[in-house]
Amino acid sequence: MEKLLEVKNMHVSFDTYGGEVKAVRGVNFDVNKGETLAIVGESGSGKSVTTKALMQLIPQPPGRIKEGEILFEGRDLAKMNEKQMQKIRGKEISMIFQDPMTSLNPTMKVGNQIMEGLIKHQKMSKAQARKRVSELLELVGIPDAENRINQYPHQFSGGMRQRVVVAIALACNPKLLIADEPTTALDVTIQAQILELMKDIQKKTDSATIFITHDLGVVANVADRVAVMYAGKIVEIGTVDDIFYNPQHPYTWGLLGSMPSLDSEDEELYAIPGSPPDLLNPPKGDAFAARNEYAMKIDFEQEPPMFKVSDTHYAATWLLHENAPKIEPPEAVKKRMEGNANGSSSSEGERI
Amino acid sequence: MTRYIIQRLVYMIITMFLIATLTFFLMKLLPGSPLASADKLSEEQQAVVLEKYGLNDPIPVQYYNYMVNLAQGDLGISFQFDNREVTTIIMDRIGPSMQLGIQAMVIGTILGMLLGLVSALYHNSPLDYTSTFLAVLGQSIPSFVFAGLLQFYIGVKLGWFPVALWEGWEYTVLPTVSLAIFPIAIAARFMRTEMLEVMGSDYIVTARAKGVNKFGVIIKHGLRNALIPLITVLGPLAIGLMTGTLVIENIFAVPGIGEQFVKAINVNDYPIIMGTTLLLAFMFIFIILVIDLLYGVIDPRIRLAEGE
Amino acid sequence: MDNHKPSKDLFVPVDRTDEQSEKIERPSLSFWQDSFIRLRKNVGAMIGLAVLVILALLAIFGPYMNDHGQYEQDLSRAKVPPKVDGLGWLGMDGTLSDVIEADSVEDAEQKALMRFNNQEEFITTEVLNDGSNGEQVEVKATLDVYSARNIEENFWFGTDGLGRDQWTRTWMGTRVSLYIAFLAAAIDMVIGVAYGGISAYYGGRVDNYMQRVIEILVGIPNLVLIILMILILDPGILSITIALAISGWISMARIVRGQILKLKNQEFVLASRTLGAKDSRILQRHLIPNVLGLIIINTMFSIPSAIFFEAFLSFIGLGLPTPMASLGTLIDAGFKSLQIYPHILLFPAIIISLVMIAFNVLADGLRDAFDPKMRE
Repeated sequence: MEKLLEVKNMHVSFDTYGGEVKAVRGVNFDVNKGETLAIVGESGSGKSVTTKALMQLIPQPPGRIKEGEILFEGRDLAKMNEKQMQKIRGKEISMIFQDPMTSLNPTMKVGNQIMEGLIKHQKMSKAQARKRVSELLELVGIPDAENRINQYPHQFSGGMRQRVVVAIALACNPKLLIADEPTTALDVTIQAQILELMKDIQKKTDSATIFITHDLGVVANVADRVAVMYAGKIVEIGTVDDIFYNPQHPYTWGLLGSMPSLDSEDEELYAIPGSPPDLLNPPKGDAFAARNEYAMKIDFEQEPPMFKVSDTHYAATWLLHENAPKIEPPEAVKKRMEGNANGSSSSEGERI
Repeated sequence: MTRYIIQRLVYMIITMFLIATLTFFLMKLLPGSPLASADKLSEEQQAVVLEKYGLNDPIPVQYYNYMVNLAQGDLGISFQFDNREVTTIIMDRIGPSMQLGIQAMVIGTILGMLLGLVSALYHNSPLDYTSTFLAVLGQSIPSFVFAGLLQFYIGVKLGWFPVALWEGWEYTVLPTVSLAIFPIAIAARFMRTEMLEVMGSDYIVTARAKGVNKFGVIIKHGLRNALIPLITVLGPLAIGLMTGTLVIENIFAVPGIGEQFVKAINVNDYPIIMGTTLLLAFMFIFIILVIDLLYGVIDPRIRLAEGE
Repeated sequence: MDNHKPSKDLFVPVDRTDEQSEKIERPSLSFWQDSFIRLRKNVGAMIGLAVLVILALLAIFGPYMNDHGQYEQDLSRAKVPPKVDGLGWLGMDGTLSDVIEADSVEDAEQKALMRFNNQEEFITTEVLNDGSNGEQVEVKATLDVYSARNIEENFWFGTDGLGRDQWTRTWMGTRVSLYIAFLAAAIDMVIGVAYGGISAYYGGRVDNYMQRVIEILVGIPNLVLIILMILILDPGILSITIALAISGWISMARIVRGQILKLKNQEFVLASRTLGAKDSRILQRHLIPNVLGLIIINTMFSIPSAIFFEAFLSFIGLGLPTPMASLGTLIDAGFKSLQIYPHILLFPAIIISLVMIAFNVLADGLRDAFDPKMRE
């Protein structure tokens, strides 16, 4: 597989009155051509900041990319200036945002908002752009495109607006699509529609996708690989099967345990105790230690490195160290792992 | 939309009616009559004068006559200027007042917007701090203090512009500047806040994510959305300017309605006081109405929601 | 990847306690503590507060700092310019000066003598331009007013047209202006909060009727209302205060009503009600604390507006009657001799400007401090 994007040791900080908030603390991952990488984690784990930083869309100041490389087809985006980034944004990498109610300009016609990128990047004439907008609206499933072009966002429902946002992102056939919780603000039925739409489009366009979410059901449905983020770091990364059926990090266990599944109705849902650490003063050692049932002394003293589980699967927990005692994952997770070993379940079946 | 306009017009008429009634009865409570300055008249002459102003009629009749005349745009006859109609006096003097007000409004809002825009775009820079500081000064320091400064330093000491009177465009400079400082300050502060808020909103990130350049983001996505709420301050600004002209016209001896009004207060010329008060009230209410309607026309969210 | 070798004994499980996972990293602050800290950090607001305190102290004690009464007239010392020992460089040296243009130096000096009533021995002249470059001769003539009039003492702010001490009158005027503004703002607050609170809290028909009244009142411009009130009440401290208060409470009432209506239907109030909290508890614990910030901010903004209107009334001849002093009447009087004796206007104008700026800056600071949106 050819690598489209490689992120190496990226650090993002925000300078606030209280001090430096280290929102992203050394993140490494890559995205291959045509694949979907899901980034999951709680609110505040740094997943949104990570992807906004890729496009240099974090507000600067107070935010800044402190160090690291973002190699997109070999070019380092972190070193590009605003002018150069403008040529990348929308054309090669584009973004779908979380809340369709606020991410469209309320005083600009929908057609014009989609056209903007086309006119800028593909040097289309207004008439050409209009034709393409109609096609795009058809593609994202908005009927009566000819009339819809001249309407304002408030005349669209939430789901329809999100389709418009998708159309804006797709306008110039980007190589990489970043979807920042694209279904979180929508009704469940609409969520499914938008997910289907995105899968559909990905098949047709063959663009790579980074999909941010905190909904594991969505992950199982759309992703090829999964990165789990906690407190500004990736704690576990692997294929969907790795993460769902052979999780290694206690945090991933917690996440999976808190997810309801169809074949375990009688069980109580598990909740991870406590709340994420304050990134103004990140704790010493493993940031998850304080909430970790399986925490060891070393977790409070040293940060765990990434341990290799398999060629596709890495996790940052001391439990994988040779000296660590053998620990049994919680019941719910164990059941899942066994289920996979028996081959009775597949990743496709994992839906809420 | 039509229903809304009609409803607003009805409210406007009720308010004007109440203000006219209130003004009429308050004036009746006041001491003083056209005879106050002419007590050497014989009784017959006094009777003639009272007759002329209709002051011999019972109050309800006077009230009825007053309201009927008012509906026809007749504001009565001045006490101090024999036989001159208040409507004519006001019409003769409204020109300079309007000119001052409009000049100050146009200059004030345009300069203010630019200042606020610069402030917002260079947020937290020395430029921002300076213009915010100047805006606070402009908003706080009363217009008559500025008028005094300008009159003394620019008019008397430097002699660049005439200190008083109204005989050409150069006479409008100092009063216009004194009046414009307040709208500059208010528009600048408002524009800054709005622009900062708009530039922090999600759709600006969307626009940037499309690869739109900085200028395009500011003008096409930022400015338009920031300007819509700016319309709401135009009303209070216009009212502030009318208040200001009353004073500024006096300081610069501009022959407008404000100067006339102050003279009338000093000689108890009630018909002129009532007439001017009603005119001011009418203009206030009218401006607020126009601005509310304008807001509906400019904001697509309101425009279309009403139309559907 | 694993380049360090942690010792074996570190790999033992620790008892995770709930206190650790639920530990709160930052000290918790109440709404008021937090607001107060934020206000204290706002340099502008703190300077504004300091200026107000100084001006208030001067308004209280200033008039007693010399022996002149505010109504003490003496025409022999009328329109004396300010003089403070040691502040001569600020122009407060008790002199009047003027630049005189003429065809020759002699002519100019002659004119200067006429300009200052022939008090030759007290005039010093300085030739700015001797005319050698073909322009008009310019001579700067300076009259030492204190020696010319044989005045022994210093008038810090000079004297007015009737020889009254401007220092005493300015601070008395500041006192009156602040008094009117505070009283009007307090009355506004009481009426506005009561009206808005009752209207919103009882809701339904009460609210409906009370709102119709407001809708009509709000249509009447407050300038018109103030002028009419003053005309029938005759100018005086009390009548000006009443006139300002009558027009000012409406905005307060609307703000309070809007905020209470909004709060009343919010989940935390509903939750409290569901748990069986009494009306008085909801009012005390939920409504008042959340409205108080807005009330304080609005009051802070209504004070400078009252000061402005008081001065404005003086200008249109509806201010305090003579010989009483307020900042407005002093400024109005100052304009009458602005061209020759600018000092009469200068000091009251500076003080009214300082008061207005300080109040506005402080109110802005309070607004920022109380605004929950600003919290990070």
